[in-house]
Amino acid sequence: MTTTAIKPDTAASGTSGVAGNRHPQGRTILGKSLKALVFHGVSLVLIAVVLYPAVWMVASSFKPSSEIVGNAAIWSSNFSFDNFVKAMDGIGGVSTLQFFGNSLILAVGSVVGVVFSSTVTAYAFTRINFPGRKLFFTLMIVTLLLPFHVVIIPQYIIFQQLGLVDTFIPLLLGKFLGAEAFFVFLMVQFMRNLPRELDEAARIDGAGHVRIFRSIMLPLMKPSIITASIFSFIWSWNDFLGPLLYLNSPEKYPLPLALRLFVDQTQSSDYGAMIAMSVLALLPVLLFFLIFQRHIVEGVSTQGLKG
Amino acid sequence: MAQTPAPTRRAQFGPSLRNEKSKQRRAEALTGYTFLLPWLLGFIALTAGPMISSLYLSFTNYNLFEAPKWIGFDNYTNLFADERFLQSVKVTLTYVVFGTPTKLAAALAIAMLLNSKRRGQGFYRSAFYVPSLIGASVSIAIVWKAMFGDAGPVDQFLSFFGIGLGGWVGNPNMTMPMMILLTVWQFGAPMIIFLAGLKQVPAELYEAAEMDGAGWLKKFTSITLPMLSPVIFFNLLMETIHAFQIFASAFIISNGSGGPAGSTMFYTLYLYLRGFGDFRMGYASAMAWLLLIAIGIITLIFFKTSNNWVHYSGDEK
Repeated sequence: MTTTAIKPDTAASGTSGVAGNRHPQGRTILGKSLKALVFHGVSLVLIAVVLYPAVWMVASSFKPSSEIVGNAAIWSSNFSFDNFVKAMDGIGGVSTLQFFGNSLILAVGSVVGVVFSSTVTAYAFTRINFPGRKLFFTLMIVTLLLPFHVVIIPQYIIFQQLGLVDTFIPLLLGKFLGAEAFFVFLMVQFMRNLPRELDEAARIDGAGHVRIFRSIMLPLMKPSIITASIFSFIWSWNDFLGPLLYLNSPEKYPLPLALRLFVDQTQSSDYGAMIAMSVLALLPVLLFFLIFQRHIVEGVSTQGLKG
Repeated sequence: MAQTPAPTRRAQFGPSLRNEKSKQRRAEALTGYTFLLPWLLGFIALTAGPMISSLYLSFTNYNLFEAPKWIGFDNYTNLFADERFLQSVKVTLTYVVFGTPTKLAAALAIAMLLNSKRRGQGFYRSAFYVPSLIGASVSIAIVWKAMFGDAGPVDQFLSFFGIGLGGWVGNPNMTMPMMILLTVWQFGAPMIIFLAGLKQVPAELYEAAEMDGAGWLKKFTSITLPMLSPVIFFNLLMETIHAFQIFASAFIISNGSGGPAGSTMFYTLYLYLRGFGDFRMGYASAMAWLLLIAIGIITLIFFKTSNNWVHYSGDEK
């Protein structure tokens, strides 16, 4: 607010700096707006550097392959949609639309699984008294720091023996069973801050836990459910290791695996189509970010969620 | 105080109510376990069970098709004679030791720059966060490879200033700086956490220090750093653990080979190649357990030393 009011003054005192300095008030205004100028200048330069790879990627996706390598410039006079047309053709006889569909099924499945398992588990941990609650809660916290790589081999063996390799089940089952402890933790933190008077009142009215969970807790949990949904969607969308381990047939590939296939088969000969496909793969994530920016930034700053 | 009258009260009401109470408690416990069931199943079948079986497998020879054969500590002793394994440890440690502090320093510096009530702060914060959102994806790994390749934009830019390094991707000495830049680029997430921490530092502290004539360095070392230490601790722990598990970017950039000359052979990549490339599941399980032990020890060290440098404001009051 103050900066807006001062701005016209800046220009005036900027041209006649000495005159501005004579008044003590003028000096602070000059100092302040100079600081603001430096602040915005430095920030914008930094943003240009930080976002350069992303901008270069988007620009390159519109350029002919010959202009991508060996060209640091963003602008080109040969912008066209050719790369996207080629990228949509897909790879290995599977169309890119199918890869999109697979990614979408996995991401939506993850969201449903994560929201279901994390809310139910958090309700048990925060609102129900049962023996062993403390022990299980501690175990859940320990799994927060557990590297996923410790369990991938035995998990793979289990799913292989059940004949579930090359299906989506190994990629989704864990989400429905609360294996991503971070989301359980997120819900527990949120539910702890909800006033107990609400469910106590409902109990007096004769409502059971299932009723309280569904009609009182779930509606109140909306903000944290949104946060968990956004992050589980993005994580699943970008996941590479899981699909790499479990999916063999290209028609079941989500986008990250399809991209890797693309890299393997084209071997840098068709950079344009490859980068166009990379852009397509990131598009939903960026769209999500534009829509849910506030939720995402808040999720990171209050919950320490990783991007 | 509240507990003493309980027995007399219970005695007054007689056995029927006590039965009623324990029945209620049993019903409550049953409901509790019903709600916990999904997590409990997942914990047993997908975490605890696999952990125990991978510990067992780490003492065996197992290729997925024949029964596991017990070989004692052979996998572990072989690992320490395996040059590619030692290389993967070296590569990963270099990445963690140099990448994580650099990333956090960048995050803190930019958080401090943004920590003001100026307009546009929200926009800058979001813009800086974008790399964290997309940085670990396959798409960005492909872009990184193109940008740091022969005659790519980075090479061009440096050549313009007379620093012709050629392509970084094919040069074993330059792949590590390239990977570190990729992680530093994703400073946005810890930056947002630092910003939230900076907002909690009371402005009076800075004002008091200014009255005493403290310069910015003094203010930084005696106010900002101590007040932020819990957040620094959190970020350092999470980012370190996270850095150990880098996989997709290394896999894509090296085409799953860990090359050139093993310079991108990260721990998890080698684990993957051994387990799922050569089907040496026992060997890879031993690697997984060593990783778990290493992360466990590092976490423990962080927590043990935290008393010396992490200040919780609650202590001072």
